[in-house]
Amino acid sequence: MSALLQLTGVTAFYGAIQALKGVDLVVNKGEIVTLIGSNGAGKSTLMMTICGNPRARNGQIVYDGEDITRLPTFEIMRRGLAQSPEGRRIFPRMSVHENLLMGAYGRPPAEASQDMEQVFTLFPRLKERMAQRGGTLSGGEQQMLAIGRALMSRPRLLLLDEPSLGLAPLVVKLIFGAIRELNRTTGLTVLLVEQNAFQALRLAHRGYVLVNGAITMAGPGAELLARPEIRAAYLEGAH
Amino acid sequence: MVRDAGLSALVALGLFSSMIGVRMTQGDDGMTLTGRGGALAAVVAAVFVGRLIMLAWRARRPAGTPSPKRVDAGLSRIGRYVAPVFLIAAIALPLYGGRYFLDTGILVLTYIMLGWGLSIVVGLAGLLDLGYVAFYAVGAYSYALLSTTYHLGFWTTLPIAGVLAAIWGIILGFPVLRLRGDYLAIVTLAFGEIIRVVLLNWTSLTGGPNGITDIPRPTLFGLKFNASGDADTFATYFGLDYSVTQRFVFLYYVILGLALLTNWVSLRLRRLPLGRAWEALREDEIACRALGINVTITKLTAFAIGAMFGGFAGAFFATRQAFISPESFNFAESAMVLAIVVLGGMGSQLGVALAALVMIGGSELFRDFAEYRMLIFGIGLVVMMVVRPRGLVSGRTPSIFLGKRKDIAADLVAQGRG
Repeated sequence: MSALLQLTGVTAFYGAIQALKGVDLVVNKGEIVTLIGSNGAGKSTLMMTICGNPRARNGQIVYDGEDITRLPTFEIMRRGLAQSPEGRRIFPRMSVHENLLMGAYGRPPAEASQDMEQVFTLFPRLKERMAQRGGTLSGGEQQMLAIGRALMSRPRLLLLDEPSLGLAPLVVKLIFGAIRELNRTTGLTVLLVEQNAFQALRLAHRGYVLVNGAITMAGPGAELLARPEIRAAYLEGAH
Repeated sequence: MVRDAGLSALVALGLFSSMIGVRMTQGDDGMTLTGRGGALAAVVAAVFVGRLIMLAWRARRPAGTPSPKRVDAGLSRIGRYVAPVFLIAAIALPLYGGRYFLDTGILVLTYIMLGWGLSIVVGLAGLLDLGYVAFYAVGAYSYALLSTTYHLGFWTTLPIAGVLAAIWGIILGFPVLRLRGDYLAIVTLAFGEIIRVVLLNWTSLTGGPNGITDIPRPTLFGLKFNASGDADTFATYFGLDYSVTQRFVFLYYVILGLALLTNWVSLRLRRLPLGRAWEALREDEIACRALGINVTITKLTAFAIGAMFGGFAGAFFATRQAFISPESFNFAESAMVLAIVVLGGMGSQLGVALAALVMIGGSELFRDFAEYRMLIFGIGLVVMMVVRPRGLVSGRTPSIFLGKRKDIAADLVAQGRG
C-alpha cells in the first residue's frame, strides 16, 4: 500500500500556543484512518493544518507525492482533498441543492449533476430535501449534507471532522454505515476525526490517538479498541 | 401597560426638560431662561400615547413573530406582479410625467442603480461597505476629467469610468480581505472619506472645492441636445422644435437602461457559480475555504463588480449635473445607499427598488416640509426596523430549481424512504 497523505513532524501554533507538537501520521490509499482524542487535543487543528489553515510551522505534509505544506488552502483542496468541517458549516440560507453545488465549485455542470446523483444514492434523504434551506434540516441531515457537499468535488481523500457530533446513535450508525459503504465500493480514502472513539475505531482500519498535540498511540482499529488504557480513557460509558 | 407608558413618558420628561423645556433668550440684562412647559408637555404626551399604541399593537399578536410567514408569502406572490407593473410604469413615465416627475425619476433611478450595485457587495457577498460613494466619485470624476480634458464622449467614457471604478474596488479590496463586519465597515468608511479628501485637495487635477464645470452632456448617436439649431442636434435632425424636456427624457432613458443593465447582470450573476460563491461567502467563509474556493478572488470580484456599477452611476451623475464637486460625494450618500439596500432586504432586487422609491421619492415629496424631512426619514427607518426587521422583501429564493422536483419526492415517499 502506498501513502496518500503523509505528515512528518508537523507543528502548528495559534499565536504563542502550540497546538500540534510534531505529528507523524500516514494515511494509505483506500484506508479509513481515524484520529481520536479528547477535547482540545488538537484533532481539529490537525485537520485544518492539512488544509493549510493554519499553516504548519515545521514539518512536512505530503499528499500524493507532492509537498503541500506551503500551498494556499484553495490549491490544496483542488488537488483532490475534501473536508466536512467541524460543526458541519453548511450554508443555512441556501437550499440543499445549492449547498451541494458549492461543493462542486469550478467543476463542469455535467460532472456535478453526475456526482449529485451518487450523493443522492448514498443519502436519499437529501434528495427529498433538495429545495429546502440548509438551516431547516435536522442535525443528521445537515451532517449528510456536509459529507455530500464534500463528496461533490469527487475527492480522493475525504477529511471528516466529528461527523457524529450531537447526533442520535441511530443517525450516527447511518452515517458511519455510509462512510464504510463509500470506502468499500469506491475505494475512497478517509481520515476521520472523532471523539466517539468506540464507533470510530470499529469503523477504521487504523487509528491514531492524539493527546495534547502529539500522537501517543497508533495501530489497527481493533487492536486499539482492545487496549486497556484506551478503554479507560475514551470508552468508559461511551457505548 | 399604562405603567410602562408612564415610565417612557417619565424618561422623555427627564430627557427633554433641558432640551425643549427651557429656552435661552437674549434680554436687556443678558441671557435669561424662559420655561416652555407647553412644548415639553406636548412631547411627553406624544411619547406616552405613542408607547401605549405600540404596546397595544404588540399585544395583538404573539411575541417573537416579527414577520409572519403569511406576509412573506403574500409579498412574494404580489412581487411577481409588482415588478412588471413597475417596469411598465417606469418605461411609460415620460408619457404622463412632467419635467418635475422626470427629474425625480432620474434621481430615484440613480439611487436604484447604486442600490443594486451595492447590493452585490453587501447583499450577496455580505461585505459591509460604508464607502460605496468612493466608486460613485471615481466614476463621476473619470467622466468629468476625460470629457473636459480629452473631449471623449459619454458613451466612450462610460465603460472607462466603470473599469477605473472597478480597479479602485480591487485596490480597496486588497487591504480589507481579512476584515469582517465592524472592522470592514470602518476601513471602507475611511476609504470613502480618503477619496473625497483627495478630490478636495488635489486642486490642480480636480479643481478642489470648486469642482469641475461644463461637463459635456451625453449624445444620442452623435446627436446633441441643445438649442443651437445646428444640424447635429436631436431637434433639428428629427425636425422637431427644441424643448429642454427632450434632454430630460433622453437622460431618463439612459439611467433606466443603466439601472436595468445592473439588475440584469446581478440576476445573471446570482445564477452563476460565482454568484453562488458570493452568497456562500456571506453565509460561512470558513466553509468556503474548506470547499476549495479561492476566497481572495471571490471577494475581489464582488468589490470590483459592485464598484463598476457605482462608477457607471457616477459617470451618469456627472453628465446629468454638468457640474461635480467633492461635496456631492460625502458619507451621507454612502449611508443613504446602504440604507436603501438594508431597507429593501439584503439581496432583494425588488426590495431595493421599492426602498429607493420610498426614500428618495418620498423625501422629494416632503420637500415642502424641509425642516421635518430628516425627522420623517428617521421615524420611517425606526418603524421599518420594528415592523420588518429583515427589510421590505426579506425572502430569499434559491437561484436554482429542478422542474421535476415534485415527482422525485413523491417517488421516494412511495418507497417509504422518508
